Amino acid sequence: MRHFSYSRPETFENASHIPDHARYLAGGTNLIDLMKSDVERPEHVVDLNALPMSQIEERPAGGLRIGALVTNADTAAHPLVTERYPLLASAILAGASPQIRNRATNGGNLNQRTRCHYFYDPDMACNKRSPGTGCSAKGGRNRIMAILGTSDACIATFPSDMCVALAALNATVNLIGPEGERAVALRDYHRLPEDTPWQDNVLRKGEIVTSIDLPPISFGKNHTYLKVRDRLSFAFAIVSVAVGLQVENNTIRKASIAMGGVGTKPWCVPEAETLLEGKVPSPSLFRDVAECLLQGAVTDRDNAAKLKLAPRVIIRALLQAAAGTPQSQTYKSIS
Amino acid sequence: MTDLSVASPCRLKINGKSHTADLPPCVTLLDLLRERLDLTGTKKGCDHGQCGACTVLVNGKRVKSCLILAVSIPDAEITTIEGLGSDGHLHPMQQAFIDRDAFQCGYCTPGQIMSAVALLEEGHVRTREEIREFMSGNLCRCGAYNGIIDAIEQVVSQQLQNRAGEAA
Amino acid sequence: MTLVSAKIGQSVSRIDGFAKVTGQARYAAEPHPAGMLYGFIVNSPVVRGKIEAIRDEAARAVPGVVEIMTHLNRPHTALFEKSYVDGLGVPGSPYRPLHDGEIRFNGQPVAVVFAETFEAAREAAMLVEVDYERWPHNADFEAALHQKYMPEKPRSNYVPPKSRGNAAEAYALSPVKVEGHYHLAPEHHNPMEMHATTVIVEDDGTFTVWDKTQGPQAVQAYLTSALSLSKDQVRVRNPYVGGAFGSGLRAQHNVFLAALGAKMLKRSVRVSLTRQQMFTHVFRPEAIMDIALGATLDGTLQSMIVQGVTDTSRFEHNMENLVVWGLINYKCPNATADYKVAPRDTYTSSDMRAPGAATGVNLFEMAIDEMAYACTMDPLKFRLHNYSDVDAMHDMPLTSKALKEAMVQGADRFGWHDRPMAPKSMRDGKELVGWGMATGIWDAMFSPTSARATLTADGRLRIATAASDIGTGTYTILAQTASEAFGIPIEKIDIELGDSTLPECPTEGGSWTAASAGAAVWLACQSLREKLFKTLSKNGSTSAWLTEGLSNNTIVLKDGFLQSAEASETLKLSLPEAISLTGQEMLEVEETAKPGLRGTLNQMRKARFTHSAVFCEVRVDEDLGIIRVTRLVNAVAAGRIMNPKTAASQVRGAMVMATGMALHEESLMDERVGRFMNHNFSEYHIPAHADIPDMDVLFVEENDPEVSPLGVKGVGEIGMCGTAAAIANAIFHATGHRYRNLPIIPGS
Repeated sequence: MRHFSYSRPETFENASHIPDHARYLAGGTNLIDLMKSDVERPEHVVDLNALPMSQIEERPAGGLRIGALVTNADTAAHPLVTERYPLLASAILAGASPQIRNRATNGGNLNQRTRCHYFYDPDMACNKRSPGTGCSAKGGRNRIMAILGTSDACIATFPSDMCVALAALNATVNLIGPEGERAVALRDYHRLPEDTPWQDNVLRKGEIVTSIDLPPISFGKNHTYLKVRDRLSFAFAIVSVAVGLQVENNTIRKASIAMGGVGTKPWCVPEAETLLEGKVPSPSLFRDVAECLLQGAVTDRDNAAKLKLAPRVIIRALLQAAAGTPQSQTYKSIS
Repeated sequence: MTDLSVASPCRLKINGKSHTADLPPCVTLLDLLRERLDLTGTKKGCDHGQCGACTVLVNGKRVKSCLILAVSIPDAEITTIEGLGSDGHLHPMQQAFIDRDAFQCGYCTPGQIMSAVALLEEGHVRTREEIREFMSGNLCRCGAYNGIIDAIEQVVSQQLQNRAGEAA
Repeated sequence: MTLVSAKIGQSVSRIDGFAKVTGQARYAAEPHPAGMLYGFIVNSPVVRGKIEAIRDEAARAVPGVVEIMTHLNRPHTALFEKSYVDGLGVPGSPYRPLHDGEIRFNGQPVAVVFAETFEAAREAAMLVEVDYERWPHNADFEAALHQKYMPEKPRSNYVPPKSRGNAAEAYALSPVKVEGHYHLAPEHHNPMEMHATTVIVEDDGTFTVWDKTQGPQAVQAYLTSALSLSKDQVRVRNPYVGGAFGSGLRAQHNVFLAALGAKMLKRSVRVSLTRQQMFTHVFRPEAIMDIALGATLDGTLQSMIVQGVTDTSRFEHNMENLVVWGLINYKCPNATADYKVAPRDTYTSSDMRAPGAATGVNLFEMAIDEMAYACTMDPLKFRLHNYSDVDAMHDMPLTSKALKEAMVQGADRFGWHDRPMAPKSMRDGKELVGWGMATGIWDAMFSPTSARATLTADGRLRIATAASDIGTGTYTILAQTASEAFGIPIEKIDIELGDSTLPECPTEGGSWTAASAGAAVWLACQSLREKLFKTLSKNGSTSAWLTEGLSNNTIVLKDGFLQSAEASETLKLSLPEAISLTGQEMLEVEETAKPGLRGTLNQMRKARFTHSAVFCEVRVDEDLGIIRVTRLVNAVAAGRIMNPKTAASQVRGAMVMATGMALHEESLMDERVGRFMNHNFSEYHIPAHADIPDMDVLFVEENDPEVSPLGVKGVGEIGMCGTAAAIANAIFHATGHRYRNLPIIPGS
């Protein structure tokens, strides 16, 4: 970690006006990790924890607004979340560890960076970390890397579990910055790497995530978050799938599905959701959905197994959601 | 020229004792405890939040002290393994760890114990599977996992007995 | 409360438990001498080449930086390469940190920053710039196999495989044949405590070195030799070691660099590795084994052909006893084995828990399972059918082998008899259920060890030996041994370990410490009691009962009191009283336990091993490939068990590590740069709580007075041997698929 100066502004105004080479600090569970690895080298750290962003509140139109500074643990345990958005609670509990979740914030979760080995190792070429140096993950040990949304410049996976659920829930991210407030759909918040992989998301300089809005449709009954990983807990996803369905008379009225562990961002394909709508759940339908979701997948040296595994996880997740038997994050047998 | 000495105020209460100092902001809570306050009971096993050896309680909640800047938690109350027992008496969890042989080399142990103490408060102790899941942020390379679950269950059942006793 | 003596064989709670659960136990990076500097290592990103230039101006400008030590400015070290050879006996040219500008492996230390604070040292280390000339390299194991060789001078503990019969011909003639190519990924030890050294420069200029090591005397010998220091200038301490599993067998570069820095700066220093840097030194070698087995239709083994290769560095020839275990453990008239090492540009691989056997036994036991199925025979029955009562490779009798009993008792405990033979025949919901088993074998070793026993004026017994307790329970079993041998409650005993100035004890490892140090302590305590009695009878006894008892040998020392075996219970003499009667301030003896002539002859005539039978249940999600180990039973035959509680923990702990070997652990080499890329706990997965079921460990009775003076065999490694195979075999039983590559990970 390199030295830096530190401030803890108490107004959004002060927080938004930051010098170059500054980084915002919330829970710190990713930023400090990256600074110790010499991946992030901010000269100034702006601690957001004094800002008023720690509420979870109901929206007039029926949704929920969760503050950017609420911890992952408090979010997952909040009665309004567990009762109405169990998919979100489940995805949060599938990620990291209790200690991390006690510290990591919702805003921070959105802005966490990839776990790519090569991004994390400053001795290795990485366009995301050091623009223009190349991508050493390509042709390297890339079992954990993405198969969807990759580019010649970057194949790094976006690692969040929570964001996969937020994508399935069609959440909106509220931002505040020097130019005022704006809202961005979560599905549009993260960027594809293309030829600028160092830009993970659409945040502009001085912009801060203030809260996340969950729309009224919460998929409280038919949902699941199914995560496959290399050990049974405390590991990043190899493949994960968040599904929310509205089922009436054995017909899917509305469907939402997002994938983690396979894409350079939370992976959604609206056509796959359309495929489901108006249909009776069936394994063959789910196979078609899997195929649609994985269209355009590109594998590299070590990660072809993800492409083999992903359709199976998608189908199982859809079966779980349709049956209303969501995956437990505590009990490891998979229904 | 670089200057680490651009210090920020750090105010903490550690194991009941107030601690005030100006610190370079790059000092983590873990390094403050171990290197500047000689509270070496909190262990460094990875320094990246991936092992749980550095678990302490901050305002009653378990966190990984390696990922917290000491200056970023003003007025926080910190409990470390050194502050867990009282007047030379072991906390029931510490005793249970000895009773159930819940450690070998002892290096992950303070973190496991702090995590387990917080787990009791959180209440995720209904089954062995639940305890396992909610203790999975604490790695143990000696593989004392069975003993750790036994120790936590021992304290849970002691608490239940105590409560039953109080009720009666 | 009356305190009574403990006994060997009791489940005593760890006597170092209080220190460990309160955070009072101090590990290598935890003493804090005044004025101590922090050292932070700079590692080479280049795998082979030469340093061309070092630019450290920016690093030196960081406030608090005191010195940046490189090969250019380091102080004098020993001139000859042989001075850097450590106790492990790996042939070749030892790696000499900061010796010159040549780079031999990725992650090699090229500089050490010393600064007043940890933060300054860390930052400055990031600012040191080094230019390299890059040379061609090979870090790929597959490519290295083309250069495999047998070292001219093998490692001292290498057991050459011995052929019998005509394996090739017998194989060709066997009606049932099984042939497979097996592979184990490289693994890193990853003890929870990272390697670290604190060198305290004492007022007289001597060094007290707190190091994470399994052998304080080995490190002391290494430092004095490599740094040209005299023996009384260096004392090495390791009272608590946060796990090691073999990573502390060799003196790692942190201890050399810390001592070198202290020599250069004449100040106390600490050098700790980061978790990332823990992947720049020792690891369990990657291995392949080609195994061909032939049998008759009734399941009688006819031929075993085993060929194995492990990797080593370019500069040292690390070797393992990889291929011999099946030849030793199974009756089979024809057998042959061949072993080679393959060089690649990495640091030298080294011993990790049950070196050789963890790989060799597990992979071989996976092949045996295949053969049992090829013969359509229950895997347990197949093993019993081909059971050998002797060391079949050397045709040598064994001091004991209760493996049959272990197999039978373990099978009973597990409920093996209800197992359907056919794979894929048990199911629970979406999961396939499988039961597998394997056997384990490991050496039972005994090495000469010394111990000192001191009875002090306050009636306490102090035991000292330079053993290391790396979590093994050594403090506790030695206290039990002393308690029983001397006749004093455990609460009155102080055990001193982990100090190079204490009586000689070999480096902890290979499961030999319990047998060896235990025997030394037993001997010392008996000798001390005799000395006490003798001294008392010469010049101390004032009471008639005591004088009489001493003269006719009826005085016993029990629970800390001298009593007459005949006289009434009330006639007692406490140890403080006894010492005071002798007129001495304390009584002290030092004894060395060694095999002796008869023992040495016995060691030549009889082979000695620990054995086990492991039974496992797995559940495998058929579609998703998620594997859960849901039951593990291990029946262990390890001679006398000194403390069932800590011994069972030892076995369970190794079973956890073996679960990692079977399912999780793999250091991912990027051969393009020669670096293990998943160099952290986030991507190198060791088992977490959620991965580990309740494990049942039972100890089979095995009386073996020949194996070591106390009949002890040791239990540190045996849990590794067989467990990974039992898991792999259970996965076959669940799924019908054979996986010959460990770890077996989702999607493989």
